[in-house]
Amino acid sequence: MEKNLILIPLLPLIGFLINGIFGKKLPKNVVGALGTLVVFGSFILSLLAFLEVRESGQALSHTAFTWMQIAGLKFDIAFLADQLSTQMMLIITGIGSLIHLYSIGYMHKDEGFYKFFAYLNLFIFSMLLLVMGSNYLLLFFGWEGVGLCSYLLIGFWYQNLEYGKAARKAFVMNRIGDLGLMLGLFMLLQHAGSLEYKEVMASLSTLSTEKAACIGLLLFVGATGKSAQIPLYTWLPDAMAGPTPVSALIHAATMVTAGIYLIVRSSALYSMVPEVLEIIGYVGLATALFAGLIAIRQNDIKKVLAYSTVSQLGFMFVALGVGAYSTAMFHLTTHAFFKALMFLGSGSVIHAMGGEQDIRKMGGLAKKLKITHLTFLVGTLAIIGFPLTSGFFSKDEILAKVYEHSPIMWGLLLLASAITAFYMLRMFFLTFHGSFRGTHDQEHHLHESPISMTLPLMVLAVLSLAGGFLNVPEFISEGSEHLHTWLNSVVTYVSGRHHLDHSTEWMLMGVASALALIILVSTYVVYVSKKSTAAEDDQLTGIQKWMNNKFYIDELYQSVVQKPIEAISNLGYNIIDRGIIDGSVNFIGKSVEVAGNALRRIQNGNVEYYLLYMVLGIFFLLVFKFVL
Amino acid sequence: MSPTIFLTLAIIAVVSAMFVVFAKNPVHSVLSLIVTFFSIAGLYLLMNAQFLFVVQIIVYAGAIMVLFLFVLMLLNLSADTEPQKSNRFRVIASASAGLLSLVFSAGMVIDATMGDRNVTNIQEIGLVKHLGKVLFTDYLVPFEISSILFLAGMVGAVLLGKRTPKESKS
Amino acid sequence: MTEVTAEHYIILATTLFVIGVAGVLIRRNAIVVLMCVELMLNAVNLLMVAFSSHHKDSAGQIFVFFIMVVAAAEVAVGLAILVMVYRNTRSTDVSLLDQLKN
Repeated sequence: MEKNLILIPLLPLIGFLINGIFGKKLPKNVVGALGTLVVFGSFILSLLAFLEVRESGQALSHTAFTWMQIAGLKFDIAFLADQLSTQMMLIITGIGSLIHLYSIGYMHKDEGFYKFFAYLNLFIFSMLLLVMGSNYLLLFFGWEGVGLCSYLLIGFWYQNLEYGKAARKAFVMNRIGDLGLMLGLFMLLQHAGSLEYKEVMASLSTLSTEKAACIGLLLFVGATGKSAQIPLYTWLPDAMAGPTPVSALIHAATMVTAGIYLIVRSSALYSMVPEVLEIIGYVGLATALFAGLIAIRQNDIKKVLAYSTVSQLGFMFVALGVGAYSTAMFHLTTHAFFKALMFLGSGSVIHAMGGEQDIRKMGGLAKKLKITHLTFLVGTLAIIGFPLTSGFFSKDEILAKVYEHSPIMWGLLLLASAITAFYMLRMFFLTFHGSFRGTHDQEHHLHESPISMTLPLMVLAVLSLAGGFLNVPEFISEGSEHLHTWLNSVVTYVSGRHHLDHSTEWMLMGVASALALIILVSTYVVYVSKKSTAAEDDQLTGIQKWMNNKFYIDELYQSVVQKPIEAISNLGYNIIDRGIIDGSVNFIGKSVEVAGNALRRIQNGNVEYYLLYMVLGIFFLLVFKFVL
Repeated sequence: MSPTIFLTLAIIAVVSAMFVVFAKNPVHSVLSLIVTFFSIAGLYLLMNAQFLFVVQIIVYAGAIMVLFLFVLMLLNLSADTEPQKSNRFRVIASASAGLLSLVFSAGMVIDATMGDRNVTNIQEIGLVKHLGKVLFTDYLVPFEISSILFLAGMVGAVLLGKRTPKESKS
Repeated sequence: MTEVTAEHYIILATTLFVIGVAGVLIRRNAIVVLMCVELMLNAVNLLMVAFSSHHKDSAGQIFVFFIMVVAAAEVAVGLAILVMVYRNTRSTDVSLLDQLKN
């Protein structure tokens, strides 16, 4: 298997090349089948790699070739499939192939069908590089690659100017984070002389704490960009401009988790500096709460999901912040399941509604879209932490770990999860229950999606239900913390953390579940029994208005960052560009023109004058030679 | 003895060269140019450059000048039909020639290595035997190439001199 | 003047050269112009021979020989061109040759 590791990213690349180059000529079902099959092939190979790692307990690695060699630095195209990588690979290729399958149905009317699959394959390729590379350079390569694909896919319907702008915003926001990542990598390179994980981790013992903190913070800046944390989160909700499968694959399940992966991968570094972890935890907590508050007053079905993604990513960062890397990975996995499920479900809803995304115009869809409704219900239950669903276990574990660390953070996080439960249920009930509020045409048009779309939904629903059993807490069943054990060999924990006793854990779990149930019942009462609907934008007052407008963060960024830069650029444009550069260029042009006009008289075509000039020229040459 | 000869020849050369420039009739120019070439040939002899002396007389004073005369006769330019240049241009031209001579002499004055450079010693190098040896050993390739140059010149002259059929009709 | 030195030849050659230059500039008859060019070439030849004698190096004289070769070829071609020009313009006036500006 070691030799075949390269095939895993290579297959989607081949798919990308074929679809990208010949896709226009190929029939749609060939393009779709090819795009899906290559990813599925990667999934099978990843599964084989996973089984092998599981059996031997040893990481697989394979160096394909040396990429570049400059002045003592050597970078290889080398792949590593350890416990962490294989987990990510399985998520990426598994959910990826489901979403490819879904896209066949969802995109079948789109003109850019082949382009869409080419981009998706390219994305899978980049993402696999990101998680499979055995050095930070390949990680960075994949990191940029997924950023590019994200840009391309958000702006997939580029004829719409707003979508193009959203794509650009995502790209620029990501660049800010990338700068941090790059600086961090430069510092690592300077210290370790290599970017290979193995060598970097080996050199950590000689790293000073200040430097480690610095690197850790810089890498975290990169992670906030990609994983949409405060302050760089604003691109993710706008990224919903892309087609829904893209939102599911890139902006919920895989790409945005790259930041988590980066930090887990560098866990040895972060465990050296608990202060940095503390910062990460607080940033994550703030994001979880803040995004949740915004989500409460959003009426666009995808926007709600987007903010909930930001919020859930915040949960994961909180878990990282308290040093519970495997817990973060656990939540990452379950979140990938249920968030992909819900995005795909929302795609199915949008598909049925003929492009309508406003939940105020939906309602009562449960009768027409039975499969979508049921699977969406599963996803919603999972995210609110309904007992025994996947989200219940992972969220609960995060809460428990946070309680170990600090009860105050626990309280705030519990509040965040209550908010999550509230807005998710609000969206769910408004969409699927009550009476239909859309136009008559839409009501007539309502239909269940084709099998290629509902099949991924069902698979994901099963995963969302059962995913929690990957890692059942120790106090329920001894030795069933599979994921925790699985990742033990690749992550380094902060030493000296104590554990809670079982009764406390039971109590925490009870509190969280009770809260989820209370909110479930109360929202049901509010939105189904009393049939209240979301208020129109102009009826909102005070804090609600602020929440509806996303706390004016975009406007804040605009006036604090964008406006001054524009002003400076304008100044530079007018003074330096127009004044100095254009001025000097024009001056040279003008002077040549004037001189040419004057010297034109010399060129009278008469040989004797030319001879005279020649003699004078020789004269001056000799003067320079002899006299001067 | 030799300074006297040098002076005589030099004066003849300069005076006849002036005459080349200022003679109104081109035929006179040609004749005085022949005189100049002969005096230069004499100077070669003074420096014991016997081979070049002979070549100068045969090639320049003989072949080239005959060619000039021939063309003059052919074009019937013996009478001075040449229009004069404007005085202004003549002044400018003379002035620039003067400036050129000025800078040459300035160069001579400035050059610190100027001194007595002996040139009249009886030497072997100008003899036909010696030059022939050098020419056919060290300079064989340029020598052969110069023959190609001649061939090219010949072909060019014939081609240019030939009347084109169209011209002959008119 | 007790002995003739290279300096004397330099002065003579310079004088002849400058006379040649003046001739080229002043005269309008192309044939005379060509003769003045020959005069300039000869001035240079003279200088070369003088220095060849002074340095006791035969290379200078060989080069004079080659200059003569080139001069002969040049005269042959140059005169052929002049005959052509005369045939077309009925004149050998260089002032008329102002077609270069087009």
